Amino acid sequence: MNPLQRIVVAGASTATALVLLFGYHTSTMGALVTAAESPSASTTTSGATAAPAAGAAGAAGGTDPSATRTVTGPTVQTQWGPVQVQLTLKGGTITDVSVLQKPSGNPQDDAINSYALPILVRETLGRQSAQIDMVSGATVTSVGYLQSLQSALDQAGV
Amino acid sequence: MNENRYVEQVMGLPVTLVLRGRHAGTDAGAAAWSEVLACLRYVDTTFSTYRPGSAVSRIDRGELTVDDAPAVVREVVELAERAHELTDGWFSVWLPDADRPGRRRFDPSGLVKGWAVERAATALDRLDGTDWCLAAGGDLVARTGRTHDGRVPWRVGVEDPADPRRTLAVVPLLDGGCATSGDAHRGAHVLDPWTGRPARAGGSVTVVAPTLLWADVWATAGYARGDAAADWLAATCPYTTLVVGPGGDVRMTDARDRDRTVTSVAHA
Repeated sequence: MNPLQRIVVAGASTATALVLLFGYHTSTMGALVTAAESPSASTTTSGATAAPAAGAAGAAGGTDPSATRTVTGPTVQTQWGPVQVQLTLKGGTITDVSVLQKPSGNPQDDAINSYALPILVRETLGRQSAQIDMVSGATVTSVGYLQSLQSALDQAGV
Repeated sequence: MNENRYVEQVMGLPVTLVLRGRHAGTDAGAAAWSEVLACLRYVDTTFSTYRPGSAVSRIDRGELTVDDAPAVVREVVELAERAHELTDGWFSVWLPDADRPGRRRFDPSGLVKGWAVERAATALDRLDGTDWCLAAGGDLVARTGRTHDGRVPWRVGVEDPADPRRTLAVVPLLDGGCATSGDAHRGAHVLDPWTGRPARAGGSVTVVAPTLLWADVWATAGYARGDAAADWLAATCPYTTLVVGPGGDVRMTDARDRDRTVTSVAHA
């Protein structure tokens, strides 16, 4: 293993996550909806130990590192229809992000969907955590690339 | 679902393709990948500012006019002019030249990469029953909904400009492009089109748009806009953007909802 690969793996072992779900706001809602703050956020747990329903921010402290949890964000009503996002966490690491509900049903909605809903997920990912397909980042040179998450994904996936 | 990944260095950049579905791992999939690479190499030969013999270098030296240049160069120049107009001049391929006062340097690379990757990706559209995501140096274009599994979004991580091992956001991308501008891996490579000097240090601008070409243009222009990027993009850019400030603060703009201009997000 070369030193750069080692950096990537070391990053993975110290994974921490803070999760903020971004919801569309409407004129009657706040601009930002977070899983941790929203009263309608719910947490379900599977695995050996039940984790407290403290929302995603609780993932960083005290919970069984092997427990897999899902955090479901609130359904946010938008002018295009309801939007809802769910995260799966294992310990402090997000292992999956899924959009439970998104507007659909007519061509205009399809066009809107193709723009995608960005979800703010701050975390460190390693090569074994291939729940991201690609990485968008500032133009990479060959040297920068070797240290990047995209490189880790490519090594894991080829 | 069947998935296959290819990686190769082209144009000095890592290029990655992921195929999902029927042609992941087939000969047809491999042939389409070869076609993508051939297209990118052709573009590099024509547009490189590092190759003295390229059409772009010859235009820059005044040896070739745009009108006499290959059709692909004229196409890029026309797109660049539209980009210049739409961004109120914050995107430009004629940059002030620090070494030659009073002259402007012809450098369309801020637009060529997105344009080229999108153009190269047409080879992938011929792969029936196959979703694809093609990335070059941090910019990417994707298609979904072509397999029997329905529309499964590609999960695109937005890199933390302060640490390429971290992501700040995930974009579940169905169809379209995602581009990021910044200095993270290249020193200061986005120039202020008014001064020709590096736009700023630190942070990044990511744009998600129906096409990579326009995602790339707006990301570059937004980054050139410096500290005003988020407010400016909220007011002018018709797409979703994610602006990371030099201090790591994240702000998002979404043109679909003009009421919601900018969102500040707390730090980890």
